Amino acid sequence: MSAFNLIKTHTAQASESLTDKAAQVAQQAGEKLGLIEPAANNMPLINGAYFVAAILFIFSLVGLSKQESAEHGVWYGIIGMVIALVATIANPTVTNVQTIMIAMVVGGLIGTWFALRVEMTQMPELVAMLHSFVGLAAVAVGFNSFLEHEPMQGIMLNIHLVEVFLGVFIGAVTFTGSVVAYGKLKGIFSSKSLMLPHRHKLNLLAGIVSFALMIYFVQQQGHMTALLIMTVIALVFGWHLVASIGGADMPVVVSMLNSYSGWAAAAAGFLLGNDLLIVTGALVGSSGAILSYIMCKAMNRSFISVIAGGFGTDVVVDSDHDYGEHVEIQAEEVAELLKNAKSVIITPGYGMAVAQAQYPVYEMTKKLRDKGIEVRFGIHPVAGRLPGHMNVLLAEAKVPYDIVLEMDELNDDFPETDVVLVIGANDTVNPSAMEDPNSPIAGMPVLKVWNAKQVIAFKRSMNPGYAGVQNPLFFKENTSMLFGDAKASVDNIVKAL
Amino acid sequence: MQIGIVKETVANESRVAASPSSISQLLKLNFTVAVESNAGLAASFSDEAYEQAGASILSSQDVWQSDILFKVNPPSEQEVAKIKSGATVIGFFWPAQNEALMKLMADKLINVLAMDSVPRISRAQSMDALSSMANIAGYRAVVEASHTFGSFFTGQITAAGKVPPAKVMIIGAGVAGLAALGTAGSLGAIVRAFDTRPEVKEQIESMGAEFLELDFEEEAGSGDGYAKVMSKEFIAAEMALFAEQAEEVDIIITTAMIPGKPAPKLITAEMVKSMKPGSVIVDLAALGGGNCELTEMDKAVEVHGVTIIGYTDMPSRLPTQSSNLYSNNILNLIKLLCPEKDGQIALNFEDEIIRNVTVTKEGEITWPPPPVQVSAAPQVKPVAAPAPLKEPEKKSSGMGKHLMLLIGGLFFGWMSMVAPPDFMQHFTVFILACIIGYYVVWNVTHALHTPLMSVTNAISGIIVVGALLQISSSNTVVMWISAFAVLIAFINVVGGFVVTKRMLKMFRKED
Repeated sequence: MSAFNLIKTHTAQASESLTDKAAQVAQQAGEKLGLIEPAANNMPLINGAYFVAAILFIFSLVGLSKQESAEHGVWYGIIGMVIALVATIANPTVTNVQTIMIAMVVGGLIGTWFALRVEMTQMPELVAMLHSFVGLAAVAVGFNSFLEHEPMQGIMLNIHLVEVFLGVFIGAVTFTGSVVAYGKLKGIFSSKSLMLPHRHKLNLLAGIVSFALMIYFVQQQGHMTALLIMTVIALVFGWHLVASIGGADMPVVVSMLNSYSGWAAAAAGFLLGNDLLIVTGALVGSSGAILSYIMCKAMNRSFISVIAGGFGTDVVVDSDHDYGEHVEIQAEEVAELLKNAKSVIITPGYGMAVAQAQYPVYEMTKKLRDKGIEVRFGIHPVAGRLPGHMNVLLAEAKVPYDIVLEMDELNDDFPETDVVLVIGANDTVNPSAMEDPNSPIAGMPVLKVWNAKQVIAFKRSMNPGYAGVQNPLFFKENTSMLFGDAKASVDNIVKAL
Repeated sequence: MQIGIVKETVANESRVAASPSSISQLLKLNFTVAVESNAGLAASFSDEAYEQAGASILSSQDVWQSDILFKVNPPSEQEVAKIKSGATVIGFFWPAQNEALMKLMADKLINVLAMDSVPRISRAQSMDALSSMANIAGYRAVVEASHTFGSFFTGQITAAGKVPPAKVMIIGAGVAGLAALGTAGSLGAIVRAFDTRPEVKEQIESMGAEFLELDFEEEAGSGDGYAKVMSKEFIAAEMALFAEQAEEVDIIITTAMIPGKPAPKLITAEMVKSMKPGSVIVDLAALGGGNCELTEMDKAVEVHGVTIIGYTDMPSRLPTQSSNLYSNNILNLIKLLCPEKDGQIALNFEDEIIRNVTVTKEGEITWPPPPVQVSAAPQVKPVAAPAPLKEPEKKSSGMGKHLMLLIGGLFFGWMSMVAPPDFMQHFTVFILACIIGYYVVWNVTHALHTPLMSVTNAISGIIVVGALLQISSSNTVVMWISAFAVLIAFINVVGGFVVTKRMLKMFRKED
């Protein structure tokens, strides 16, 4: 009996002391290596590490300004992250190293698994999913720091409570918004915009109620129920916000959520008084905001109108309009045209990626360039489902990036271009954006492909594009239609070349 | 049904109404094709080529007895006698000028489809033989001009001295004018063009020529795609422009024609006199009396040292090309007439194109057709005041910017007074980071926006630090929530970096 008891107490002691021991070992090891100073005096060092990490994150973004330096940029980011993590974990006040390690390993494995497995066409889904994690983590951090924080009083406590409230709110909106965006991109939810009656009023109401709850929350010096109610409201609000945005606006939504995830991190930084989180959050937040701005500008829409509701809601498609007749062309004839051309521009859209046509497109490009024909790619800023998505897809197919140009870089070159291949793009090459002031896409900057001598539009059928607008390009006299699956069509052209 | 291709008998006509390559297409529509011997000889199409394509070479008599006849020019009276009753003749017909012939053919119950009456709507472009011919005429006009002109078109700097480029003025930027403009331009000349329709300015400029503009407002489109007669004042202004240009340019090519009216006289004898000796005028409107007062039809004359070319058979001077294009035009019309591909044609008057080209049908004269408005040119819109394009982009003025800065500064000052210093320090860091972020991110190239998103994703996983600081809490709930937060944030960190690296590996420069 006593023997049994002895063993029991022993085991308990052993398991209790295990975590402490691990912490001690880490501490000692750190001290030996000179990484960490003895407990009392290491705050400045940690802050210094955070500062270095923040600088490295900035360099990481600077590196992305050019393809040549981009890989260095990522390494800066990774090093910054490692420094920040080591500094944090080495902090003697941080215990539970075991749990941390397990969580990190599991999380890291899941992350690696996602990252290695994702198809480049699915990048938007992955990005949206990752945003949701940041949102959720921000909610968790917010709740935690409400449940347990240093004792404080007066205005400091009020500020802290407001920070908790805002942090949780932004995090929750980011979380559900990203989940819906993920679902829409993945096709789990309908990509159509959800049109609830009085949707603007509902959004406004959610905002007002949340604000009232915040005042109450602060007045009560912290009130769990208020915080929970607000969290639920924010979750629903985030859901509704993205659900009511149409599929065509997804690039804006994803970059907007990118921005939110940054602000969520910044809010957590304020909560914890941690400058590294604040700096990183601000960087990410402004990055996302700029991307959304670029996207909106490329669609000639205001940010508000994108957020407020989907494309295609107030579009009147006048099917009575006689656009004339389109001319069909066969792959062999296209090959003939290409052979006789001096310069060719390919303007791909998301349709190319969906058909997985980027690989044969690269084959075709290679063949043409071997014949001394100049081939370039013209990318509209909103082509694809993410900012810069087409570039990644083309890069995946090994298209060298120096022949992949932006809209503004080659929009004036079309008159000197012999053949333009429009593959899976529609609204981004629609002349009515410039010619028809009543068009729903009026004023949107577009690729002026119709100025080229010959345009070949690859299309499945004559159905209009995302915006539901008929495209007069297809009826222009210098446009010929090549019907069928883009991949098969390009394959046939490659064969005929 | 049998389609007959006869030899054209008009003097100087080298074209033929069907090329061998179009024959095989006609056979696919289940027609049989008979060709008169040597019909295509002048256009370099041998009888053998026709036979190889699947046509049979028959005697003239038999070919004329076909159910459908393809022609270039209208048949003569003798030829009409050879056509069987109930047959269909497709070709240029000029019904306005050939009323007697039209009546004769109607009486014989011959259906006439006039290729010159194809309406100018986009659906009918593939059948628009006038445009195909005009294109060739425009090209040939430049060739004729350069043949006569004593100098280069292109400018050169040679060891023997500098050669200035020739200056070419083109009047009328229709199909012929644009073709001439492109041809002259590719020979290296400086090309200017004038047209009464301001909407063609863009087309002219897109082909690298200069658009000569008048300071004068007048609507010149007539709604059917052709130009119309202009007012007196307009013509005066126009003439002044031409007089000024005539002194300067070396080549003038005029293409101004108004359907059913004599060609306007645009180049006066005086202007011709003011031109440099050796200059050339090619008058493509010679058939309508010419745009130049001194033009003589079908002749090249020299007046005051200036050669004026008034050939009316420009397309026929490129017989192979023009026959090819013309036969494609007819082929496209036949495709429309024979939707079932069963070798039968039907004159379906529901179809606007068929209605327009049909001049006589089953003994009835169906010309002129009801008018078609094609609205290729901008029309007077019936829509009441279309919504303004959009408000001019609001540019934040310098004033506004400064005001914003001032307000921001004041706000910041107020905050630093009321907020605790600890908070202010963080807030300062936050604002500075936003500003850095703004400038850094604008520098990121568009092509890397997706990697930018995934990298920012990864580094926003820095929120893991927050969770790490809370994980040591003695409160088990807090501890577990933190552990969970660490886990998901770490998915972000690792996932984001790995996928970014994967993406960036793909970007490669040309090797």
